[in-house]
Amino acid sequence: MGTRYFGERVKRNEDPRLLTGRGTFVDDIRLPGMLHGAVLRSPHAHARLLSLDTSKAKTARGVVAVYTRTDLPEHLQQPLPKLIPHYALIHHKTQYALAPEKVRYVGEPVAFVVAESRYLAEDAAELVEVEYEPLPPVVDLTQAAQPNAPLVHEDMGTNVCAHHTQRVGNVEDAFARAAHVFTERFVMDRGTAAPMECRGIVAQWEPKMRQLTVWDSTQAPIPIRNGLARLLGLPQGGVRVIAPDVGGGFGPKIMMFYPEEILVPCAAMQLGRPVKWIEDRRENFVAMNQEREQIHVAAIAVDSDGRILGVRTNFLYDSGAYIPYGIIVPIVASTTLPGPYKIPNYHCEFKAVFTNKTIVSPYRGAGRPHGVFVMERLMDRVAKELRIDRTEVRRRNLIQPHEFPYEVGLIYQDNAPVIYDSGDYPATLAKALQMIGYDMWPERRARYRREGRYVGLGIACYVEGSGIGPYEGARVTVEPSGKVYAATSVGTQGQGHFTSFAQIVADALTVPVEDVVVVTGDTGAFGWGTGTFASRAAVVAGNAVHLAAQAVREKTLKVAATKLEARVEDLELQDGKVFVRGVPGRTMTLAEIAVAANPLRGTIPEGWEQPGLEASRYFAPPRGTFPNGVHACVLEVDVQTGMIKILKYVVVHDCGRVINPLILDGQIHGGVAQGLGGAFYERLVYDEHGQLLTQTFMDYLLPTAMEVPEIEIGHLETPSPLNPLGVKGAGEAGVIPVAALIAQAIDDALMEFGVRIAEMPLSPNRLLEIIQAARKQPAAAS
Amino acid sequence: MKPAPFKYVAPESLDDAVALLRRHGQEGKILAGGQSLVPLLNMRLARPAVIIDLNRLRPLDYIKNGKDVRIGAMTRQRVAELSPLVRQKLPLLAEALRYVGHPQIRNRGTIGGSIAHADPSAELPAVLAALEGKVVLQNGRGTRTLGADAFFLTYLTTALQPDELLVEVRIPAHDHLGTAFLEVARRHGDYALVGVAAVVDWNGGRARDVRLTFTGVGGVPVRVAEAEAAATGRPLTDAVLAEVSRIVSAGLDPEADIHASAEYRKHVAGVLAERALRVAVTRAQRRERDTR
Repeated sequence: MGTRYFGERVKRNEDPRLLTGRGTFVDDIRLPGMLHGAVLRSPHAHARLLSLDTSKAKTARGVVAVYTRTDLPEHLQQPLPKLIPHYALIHHKTQYALAPEKVRYVGEPVAFVVAESRYLAEDAAELVEVEYEPLPPVVDLTQAAQPNAPLVHEDMGTNVCAHHTQRVGNVEDAFARAAHVFTERFVMDRGTAAPMECRGIVAQWEPKMRQLTVWDSTQAPIPIRNGLARLLGLPQGGVRVIAPDVGGGFGPKIMMFYPEEILVPCAAMQLGRPVKWIEDRRENFVAMNQEREQIHVAAIAVDSDGRILGVRTNFLYDSGAYIPYGIIVPIVASTTLPGPYKIPNYHCEFKAVFTNKTIVSPYRGAGRPHGVFVMERLMDRVAKELRIDRTEVRRRNLIQPHEFPYEVGLIYQDNAPVIYDSGDYPATLAKALQMIGYDMWPERRARYRREGRYVGLGIACYVEGSGIGPYEGARVTVEPSGKVYAATSVGTQGQGHFTSFAQIVADALTVPVEDVVVVTGDTGAFGWGTGTFASRAAVVAGNAVHLAAQAVREKTLKVAATKLEARVEDLELQDGKVFVRGVPGRTMTLAEIAVAANPLRGTIPEGWEQPGLEASRYFAPPRGTFPNGVHACVLEVDVQTGMIKILKYVVVHDCGRVINPLILDGQIHGGVAQGLGGAFYERLVYDEHGQLLTQTFMDYLLPTAMEVPEIEIGHLETPSPLNPLGVKGAGEAGVIPVAALIAQAIDDALMEFGVRIAEMPLSPNRLLEIIQAARKQPAAAS
Repeated sequence: MKPAPFKYVAPESLDDAVALLRRHGQEGKILAGGQSLVPLLNMRLARPAVIIDLNRLRPLDYIKNGKDVRIGAMTRQRVAELSPLVRQKLPLLAEALRYVGHPQIRNRGTIGGSIAHADPSAELPAVLAALEGKVVLQNGRGTRTLGADAFFLTYLTTALQPDELLVEVRIPAHDHLGTAFLEVARRHGDYALVGVAAVVDWNGGRARDVRLTFTGVGGVPVRVAEAEAAATGRPLTDAVLAEVSRIVSAGLDPEADIHASAEYRKHVAGVLAERALRVAVTRAQRRERDTR
């Protein structure tokens, strides 16, 4: 089989449509008679709801309905479903469609107003009279974990909802016999994914067909369909969920359920008119799930050569007010932490803690940046204390190419063991060092210092879990027109699936890539699957597409063999036509074969499996596959102002076989941008009352094209043995090590002052404080 | 994020605009470029009863040469930034304009709008204050001209009366001076944490006159007279600049916000003062050389 497209920098099929404004996002869905919803949200982080009076709002101009919790069916007044249970999650508290007798974070939905326009709905929402009795909020993560803290959920008697430990080997023994032990505290604060498109939902109920159609800017249309059918008492076939073009997901757009995902369909069914709710940016800041807040106390034990004997981390994880998504993020953090290093003894332990803040669920990286930050900072500490070059100390501890599959000894987020399937970690590191010019660094650094400039180099390694199960499916169809369609179950939020999946199909069927039409995210087109998360779409859905396309290829040859009266072995598929080898002129096009495969008379021969030139296939990997990479950068610190400037940025990345390097580069660029945001710009600031002070893009600072440097990318390709295409996930690679990298580069730039970064994100103000504090320490300049 | 209900009027002439303003007084709100007002409306933080849109007033879009360069209030920031006259005669304004948001914002934002909005973190009020420029205000009865120091009262508050419209900004031509605008912003295009406009009248190896005006450190653009005095009449050696820097830091009393502490702003204001003076003096010396 030829691979004309696999591995090529194929331009994206979807771009002409998207770049000329012809995409269809949820807000582009406009239906006759459509109503508009607005959510009234809690202004308090923690308060008892004493009374709710909707009478004025109900009579306001253009208002059709106002819902409070008691207007919902009894079972929808209860906590919404638990998405991912875990035995360690003792108190699995989930959110409500509308707040019960108390509110637990600013932004929690209290009432839902439906009106003839969004303007009128917002006007009426102001008329809902709510009486709150404010309660003391618990905002700070450390305080929330204390026994006397105010309780987010009184019935628990604590805010700690999960306490989980994993152990490898005997850490106590390792620490007891170690030549050196170094302990540090690391703090990572909150951020938000800030997708370009906020959330949005349109629902339409057709009573005669008993059919509910929901357009939802979600990463997981099928679970939403299944859940809605269950909650609304409809058959799964009676609910169609479409995730049309989605303007970025990054994790938070997968949840079951966001309150609005219940409220909008309920209102549409009850009112018999389509209802639209579009989340605005200010809502998105408080109502879409957030992430990143963790506090680690970690220690590393090494021998006198810097070889790791053991690592220990004990951390707190802020889950916000509810924990629908379970403890995926802290599990990912603790299982990502070991990275590419051999760690014979490891102890990781965390507590998940409720606070009166917005709910937390995975955001691109999903704990991986935390684990890598802790581990890389510990490695830097070892290098510094033992006076071993930081790359040498890493090299001494790297897992070697002959050691795969490498069993880390932990259980991953998919409840399967963490087993690194393949990789060449020393080669990845070597390539990054070469690209950043590490050999020449000491001289360059000295030259910068002579010029009075503080310039530092950073280098950070990571291994990323990706491509977990359970499964995805795909259906590939050649229609009698000759057009090729591929439908998959995952949703697409900008990852280029319309192209990468088309490449896989185009290679199998020897047709031009632009002739393959990919449909994603529509449960009406394909009804089985889970969703796009955990860097899994290319791995799991991509391989399902591959299997389905290969099945169609086989079927094509079988049908053609019958029609051309030749043996399958004598046939060749080329340029969308089947030839009989050595008999010029005896050919059939895919279109002709598609017609032949769906006859009006006669029969379907045995072995054709089904009528038509079509096949559905599923791919269920046994466990995740593990890409790896190294980022390196050179940056300059202005020691007078605390500003940083990145002078060079390098990524070396190994995600197995690459389907489309152009798309992969884009994934990495975007990830690095978000990583830089999390390192130096983006921070959600809550005050002591639980009010979010950063509710606009004037205060929540996304890096722009002016702040993101040019990124040089080097690819290594170590195929994964776990799937036919040999691919690994790449969705989170860009973001994972950035905080660790920037911290190390700043340390390097400010070596004279003995600066040591142990927190993220930084800001110019904070960095200047750290510099000034370090300069006051007389012993620091060693 | 939909605004509360309001009435919208778009007068075709300056007289109509002034008459409408007189009629609606406190209830009326002027819409110029909309770069500050529209977000406030959408967040329902501003709830005017009437929006008076000036965007049809073409006669307020001009830049006129003179000892004072006169700029019509509805002149887009981008137009001023690209104007050869501004670049030649008002180099400090041209330099500062590049820090105002992004080109998309400057395409809409107006010179008059930014100054009337009087955000003490913004660049244009500081430029006006640094150059001791003036604004022309008009109501139904006539016009009056105010200096920057009399115009800016405190945060987002000016001497504009409810029936008055800012129609023109006058900035003294300063192509004979050495000037520099510097700021520290979290990102390019953000309101600066601290910014400084430095103006130096350089003659014979020392400064005849020095002005240092800061953004983001008080309710209005702030000048530090003591620091200006310390830099005046002396060769600006490293030691003198360090002294100026110290005086600036000590002389300011900024407020803290989530992006920077008061301490940070004081410190960085001193750093920027020193850096901006170096740039301004270098430019003045170059000018002196070129004109000789």
